[in-house]
Amino acid sequence: MARGYRSTINREPSKFRIKAIPPITVIMGSMVTALPIITDHPILPPVGFLVLLAWRLVRTGFWPVWIGFPLGLIDDIFSGQPIGSAVFLWSTVFVALDTLDRKATNRDYWQDWFIASTAIVFVLIGGMLIVDFPRNLLFLDALIPQILLSVLLYPFITRLVGAIDNWRVST
Amino acid sequence: MAPPKNRRPGFSKRAQYSIFASYLLGILGAVIGLLLLLISFVDPRGFSVLRTIGAEATAPVSKSLAEVTGATGGAADNIAAYFNAASKNAAMKQELEKNRIELLEAKALKQENNRLKRLLDLKEKTDESIGIARLISSTSSSSRRIATLGIGSTSGVIIGQPVRAPEGLIGRVLETGPTTARILLVSDGKNVTPVKRAKDEIPAFATGRGDGTVDIRPINMGNNPFEQGDLITTSGSGGLYSPGVPVAMVIEKTETGAIGRILANPANVGHVIVQPIFQAETVAQIERTEDEVSESEEVE
Repeated sequence: MARGYRSTINREPSKFRIKAIPPITVIMGSMVTALPIITDHPILPPVGFLVLLAWRLVRTGFWPVWIGFPLGLIDDIFSGQPIGSAVFLWSTVFVALDTLDRKATNRDYWQDWFIASTAIVFVLIGGMLIVDFPRNLLFLDALIPQILLSVLLYPFITRLVGAIDNWRVST
Repeated sequence: MAPPKNRRPGFSKRAQYSIFASYLLGILGAVIGLLLLLISFVDPRGFSVLRTIGAEATAPVSKSLAEVTGATGGAADNIAAYFNAASKNAAMKQELEKNRIELLEAKALKQENNRLKRLLDLKEKTDESIGIARLISSTSSSSRRIATLGIGSTSGVIIGQPVRAPEGLIGRVLETGPTTARILLVSDGKNVTPVKRAKDEIPAFATGRGDGTVDIRPINMGNNPFEQGDLITTSGSGGLYSPGVPVAMVIEKTETGAIGRILANPANVGHVIVQPIFQAETVAQIERTEDEVSESEEVE
């Protein structure tokens, strides 16, 4: 392994890896809808949002508040929601989370999960109401399986993101 | 969890301002999102280029995976099937009995139909198709019900064409790209299909409910003729779908109409058929007969 001479102290991973890995994982999460999964009701968790949320709660302070805009736009392209839906919902969640960070600086795992669950419920219900506002109020129960699946999937995504994060900052 | 670094920036005005600015940008992002939403509602096709690029970019992955595994979506159904196996079995036996009788009736009707058609000397041209392809993915995380089809405008698919499976109607083409097309499924809340009851042609509208069922509302309000087990087919009015394509089976009567289960579940169908727009076909037919008439007049 001829890696040339490397300093053994004070090493840093490449800037690209530090900056680019989180957005890439979120975009890949958004692209999960391209897999050949065809359902006649909403069931697949919003993986892109779960990954983004996991990064947000694992690495508080990594994302700027406005990141919901570009990543939400990319998610809208793949999710089938009207363009602007995730842009609005994700930005709202990020502003709310930033406000929350000022109030509760030290949180434990369960509180984080609870916060993530609230955000997931908000985004899923909001997404459904955006599609067809007054009418979809009647069909909100169709979201229950998706909400449950997303909330239960969140800890696993956090684990995964944690592992990716370890690799991201390791030298 | 370690508290973030930039929470209390101290007395540095610059740091305070940058936090404030990022807040403003976040709120601005939400506002722009609302504006984009507004544009999407005013002009639903406005952003179709973006979505088409997305679909085309991921199509190679979707297509090859769909070829290998076949599009899967029946997992939830399979699990649910275990829980109500017994009651379902009984219901299915009943339905089978009923279907057998209806099948015999249908055979008789078909014979009579053929005879009448021979009398009228009509040529049947219903099996025409633009193309046959797989559904390669769907918006399975959104409450919109849109699927992506593996062929596009290079194969002659254009917006508005009906898409069906052997079991019944799947939906219609919403947006097309060169090698992909997005299909608005029958169960989408924004998809209104003109339908009729198969046995007595009572006209109605079927609106998707987003979960594999449709709301069926008769055009003549007031009376509610629907009963459990009624077959709903397309009526052909509106000129998009050719008449007689099965759409749904009534499973529940409601106050204003009925709820029907869609017969062709996109999760279970292998390939779907893109058909020409019905009206275009009738227009062509009319023109053809007129030409023939004028030609025969000239001969005379």
